Amino acid sequence: MSAVTQMQMSESQLRALRTTIVDARGTACPGPLLDAKKAITTLPVGGVLETLSSDEGTKVDIPTWARKTGQEYLGTINESGYDRIFVRRLK
Amino acid sequence: MAEKMAMILFSGTVDKLMAGSIMAGGAVAMGMDVDIFVTFWGLVAFRKDMADKNQRMSQDFAEMIPQFGKAMAAKKMPSWIENLKKVKGLGNVKIHVCSMMSDVMEWKKADFVDLVDDVIGVGSFIDMAKEAKMTLFI
Repeated sequence: MSAVTQMQMSESQLRALRTTIVDARGTACPGPLLDAKKAITTLPVGGVLETLSSDEGTKVDIPTWARKTGQEYLGTINESGYDRIFVRRLK
Repeated sequence: MAEKMAMILFSGTVDKLMAGSIMAGGAVAMGMDVDIFVTFWGLVAFRKDMADKNQRMSQDFAEMIPQFGKAMAAKKMPSWIENLKKVKGLGNVKIHVCSMMSDVMEWKKADFVDLVDDVIGVGSFIDMAKEAKMTLFI
């Protein structure tokens, strides 16, 4: 399977997005991923989900999940002690 | 049709039940269906009178068990069964009880937690596993 190259947004572009936030900080893997999966169906197509996670694995898992499920991974901002992971709902 | 993960949950210690429950969560998150075949000590753990009180842990690193328990409580990790309940609510996860083990022990479906979908024979499970992309034995 060939890797899909996705155009990611710059940090300032990410910071300017209007998002729906799921705060999964403090939950262990795969909690944040499951929360993201659940939440994305509540967004309109085109909407951006922002998952807050303090789990190391999640920032690797969410881009993979987005690619597998046909959503668009936009990028991640590393804040102090947690990550903000952005995914646009495409379908 | 969604890809499938099959899992044989043989072990009844909390650590391995937790591993199975988390693997099921990962599969569901990735869009897979999951069929779990519960047998032997795994089946004991799914009994209504055991599910909440079972504290058994495998003894691989016995000295670390208290530390692990404390860390899990401090991080508010859900129990394996709470996690499995959540995972079931998010995807197509079926939990099948082994009819051989239930027959031997004379346990009925009503003896198991409500998460259990049905009682099936190993042949049916093998047929499910045959269609799965991956099968785990835990």
